[in-house]
Amino acid sequence: MTALSLGRSNTPTPSQSAQRRKLRATAYAFITPFLIAFVAMLLVPIGYALYLSLFKTQIIGGSTFVGLANYLQAFTDPQLYAGLFRIMLYLVIQVPLMLVLAVFFAFAIDSGRVRGGKFVRLAIFVPYAIPGVIATLMWGYFYGNNFGLIAQLFRALGLVPPNLLSSQNILGSMMNISTWAFVGYNMIIIYAALRSIPHELYDAAEVDGAGQWRIAWSVKLPAIRPALILCLIFSVIGSFQIFTEPSLLQPLAPTTIDNAFTPTFYAYNLAFVNEEPSYAAAIAFTLGFAIMIVSYVVQLTAQARARNS
Amino acid sequence: MKRNTALMLGAGIAASALLLSGCSATTTSGGGGTVSASDISKAMSTPTTITFWTWVPGIAPEIASFEKKYPKIKVDLVNAGQGGAEYTKLQSAVDAHKGAPDVVQLEYSELPSFEVSNSLLNLNPYGAQSLKSDFSPGPFAAVTNNGEVQAIPQDAGPMTFMYRNDILAAAGVKAPTTWADFATAAATVKSKTGASLIDLAPDDSAEVLGLLQEAGANPFQYDGKKTVTVSLQTPQVKQVADYLTKLVASGNISIDPDFTNDWYQGFAKGNYASWLVGAWGPDDLLGSVASTSGKWTVAPLPQWTAGANAGGDWGGSSDAVMKSSKNPIASYEFVKFLNDSNASASQLTLNPKSALFPTRTSVLTSSAFSDQSIAFLGGQKANQVFANIAKTVNPDFGYLPYMNYASTEYNDTVGKAITAKTDLYTAFGAWQKLLVAYGKQQGFTVKTS
Repeated sequence: MTALSLGRSNTPTPSQSAQRRKLRATAYAFITPFLIAFVAMLLVPIGYALYLSLFKTQIIGGSTFVGLANYLQAFTDPQLYAGLFRIMLYLVIQVPLMLVLAVFFAFAIDSGRVRGGKFVRLAIFVPYAIPGVIATLMWGYFYGNNFGLIAQLFRALGLVPPNLLSSQNILGSMMNISTWAFVGYNMIIIYAALRSIPHELYDAAEVDGAGQWRIAWSVKLPAIRPALILCLIFSVIGSFQIFTEPSLLQPLAPTTIDNAFTPTFYAYNLAFVNEEPSYAAAIAFTLGFAIMIVSYVVQLTAQARARNS
Repeated sequence: MKRNTALMLGAGIAASALLLSGCSATTTSGGGGTVSASDISKAMSTPTTITFWTWVPGIAPEIASFEKKYPKIKVDLVNAGQGGAEYTKLQSAVDAHKGAPDVVQLEYSELPSFEVSNSLLNLNPYGAQSLKSDFSPGPFAAVTNNGEVQAIPQDAGPMTFMYRNDILAAAGVKAPTTWADFATAAATVKSKTGASLIDLAPDDSAEVLGLLQEAGANPFQYDGKKTVTVSLQTPQVKQVADYLTKLVASGNISIDPDFTNDWYQGFAKGNYASWLVGAWGPDDLLGSVASTSGKWTVAPLPQWTAGANAGGDWGGSSDAVMKSSKNPIASYEFVKFLNDSNASASQLTLNPKSALFPTRTSVLTSSAFSDQSIAFLGGQKANQVFANIAKTVNPDFGYLPYMNYASTEYNDTVGKAITAKTDLYTAFGAWQKLLVAYGKQQGFTVKTS
């Protein structure tokens, strides 16, 4: 498009246009490998899933075309709503908590007043480098009711250990794992944003008589807003995709984590346990749209607030 | 054999890869008719590689001796996960018409799930019917569907009451032989030692199904075609459910999920004084709870009426040839060699690594097997006990063609009731309701009784 409009406003000589065509061909040649991977690994599977979602598969009788029936079923599926409700709890509890912690740690390190700042930075970031599967298995050991580390600590102190895998506590236990794993990642993003604030702004604020708290509130926070929005959107998407925790903690808490605990886990179990791949595909698609809408709303509101302020 | 404890995640990734790898519907089968001796000798002298999915540890020497006997045939051994993990992958491979092995280990309970999709090779043309007299009747009946032999029995899981001598002695109780005594013993053991007589795992339908089998219930039937019967609201089920409801409510037993790290530690620390488990139980604990070696004894399950002689099964598996196999003859000869040749079958049984409970009569009656004293069980000649239990197992016990689904929904109904200590018979009713609805939704004709 841009190339066309350029061409009209600015009549090229034949040699120029040939050169441009050559340039364009080179550009396409460069992005072809990506395009091939993009189509084969992303578009084709998505298209295939979409196609699958329009059928009904039965063990007896095979698959029949049903149009949008799977989507209609998804909209009235109480198990899917139960999973979405848990995600909502995640969104309103875990995500704010994690981001507040990440901002706090980033500010603390950036202030340069923490002794061993480099060590602290690394220590908080290291959990992110641990694969999610291993982190969840490890926390699963900690949470064990009889011989888990936490239960043993409580008993050593003469206290009654809480059942961290009970239906009341399981979501909190999962939130703890996600927070532990991702607070460092978000901290690094925010810290990087803080480092890029020009030092003159601080000097100017100090000249105007602002204290450290005022600087943090009026200079640093507004400056890192784009980074925060980025972290927020990543966290929102991450929350919708919670799979590892229910999948790996289920053997430890088989009666509290059901097969529809989160929507992704539900889709997986529908496809591979219930042998309903079509319905699973429909759930996956519905979820994809939900994520798109929610992330878009988050982005819009954040931008609107930025404009207002 | 043992149930699945492996991670489902890996299975999922592999399975989705299989699903995405396309849908070419090319399957070649061995075809009809009988396979002649010349067909067999030709197939066995043609260079061939067959893939074998199994989770039996220590099976490599048997494969090596097969390859020695038939140098042209190579067996590619793959551990695709234990129990459910393997079935999920196999199901995906079947759906994708690609990536399935030639030979696969399947628990008896899982055979109907693959019969229904017509994925298993009928072994009759290869001569499998003639092996019938070599095996115990129960396992051979389990691999036969409407007269077609669909797998060769590998091992059985006659259920035993395996208990800690030292804990029972400390509590001053004798090993209970009836369920009434069992409940009394549970109370005594709890009050005297603080240990639980058993752990009733809320996520183990297989264990409770074994107890139902002992009580004479036959909750699932499948006709091999389109009709399934679910009977979880019968007097026999009620008897077991009501008993377990009271036992759980008494607080004298544990209700921890099984096969977790916490659970194995529970055995190591003496929290659980016994285990109701298939004959593979001692072997399962041998590795992880070695510290308790020598303190165990095995006995038949407690009985509902004193002096009765009823048994149940937990686990037990067979080796099936997939219909999609391009080398059906070599595959059949392999499963036959593995499980029907005396040398291989007794090796798999006596090798402490695999320790399969045999289904081949010649092994069951051999002195090498019955005189084997097991150190973990304080030198007990446990195989004699198991062999006697195996004779008492009710052979009329079927499974659904959607057992994977059934066991996960069990956790959500009966398992939940165990955790919440509420009425189990009601929960069995809820489980039945789900199984009926799912069966109908999947196109089966579902009956209840």
